[in-house]
Amino acid sequence: MANRTMKFQIYRYDPDKDAAPYMQDVSIEVDATDRKLLDVLVKLKAKDDSISFRRSCREGVCGSDAMNINGKNGLACLTDIASLKEPVQLRPLPGLPVIRDLIVDMTQFFKQYHSIKPYVINNDPAPERERLQSPEDREELNGLYECILCASCSTSCPSFWWNPDKFVGPAGLLAAYRFIADTRDQATNERLDNLEDPYRLFRCHTIMNCVDVCPKNLNPTRAIGKIKDMMVRRAV
Amino acid sequence: MQNRIVVGAHYGLRDWIAQRVTATVMALYTVIFVVSLFCMPEFSADAWRAMFSSGFMRFATFLFWLALFFHAWVGIRDVLMDYIKPVGLRLALHSVVAFLLIGYAGWAAQILWRL
Repeated sequence: MANRTMKFQIYRYDPDKDAAPYMQDVSIEVDATDRKLLDVLVKLKAKDDSISFRRSCREGVCGSDAMNINGKNGLACLTDIASLKEPVQLRPLPGLPVIRDLIVDMTQFFKQYHSIKPYVINNDPAPERERLQSPEDREELNGLYECILCASCSTSCPSFWWNPDKFVGPAGLLAAYRFIADTRDQATNERLDNLEDPYRLFRCHTIMNCVDVCPKNLNPTRAIGKIKDMMVRRAV
Repeated sequence: MQNRIVVGAHYGLRDWIAQRVTATVMALYTVIFVVSLFCMPEFSADAWRAMFSSGFMRFATFLFWLALFFHAWVGIRDVLMDYIKPVGLRLALHSVVAFLLIGYAGWAAQILWRL
């Protein structure tokens, strides 16, 4: 396949230099071997090293290169360039403070993640080898533990945009259910208490933007539903 | 200290359940209402009055209104919590909505039992 030129519009903002953010038109030659958006971004960076974005593993495991691609959040490294309508509009994840260009400040996102205590709480003395689970109990954790914390889901959620300081957000709630569902965890009640709150959990109105964008095809809405189910079972 | 974020009011489940239960009540009532409407001998004010003169219809309709008002309370409160940031203003608006809905409930009862 011959080389072709791809057109981009990239959100640019350097707080040291720019008074306001702006969209920059850029075009670049792509080779037949370029498959993913990240390949092209790396090329763009070689051409103009002032373009800033995060990237690390380049294979959808680290979750660093989440960005808003043609209006939808996703990972640059997992997005096929063939699937993109041109000019490709690249913006930083919505709702978080922009540090520079496509890099956002994830502090608020991780604060919410930490607020659900993302680790197994078990006060029994640790056994010699490991805490065991039955295969059925382990099954429940599938679709929960795979989250890479890229923040695509939380930053596509209007409830998280309006209340990022109070609403845990889909990523945090998915992680919360991962530990609520874990049979080795002994803090289920405390975890449910911690979430029973009009802001922390019940800002979710099940619009499923999170499910739509998750690059790992996880379903935070279902996890949130299961948390609510457990609360109902506990209360009724 | 004044601006520290405080969160953890520990309520919300009851309202969330109530919103679902009231939605079910409204859906069931809609079926009852439409069936009753098409069972009217004629589309006239007298037949309309007769339909609402039965104790069951009054009870069901009043229940529908109560369900609607409670459903609306939770929904509007959620909207206000999302968009109205100053706490004083939010409390004032919550109160206005709550009193309006209570007033409407009284009004609905008066209309139903006057028919």
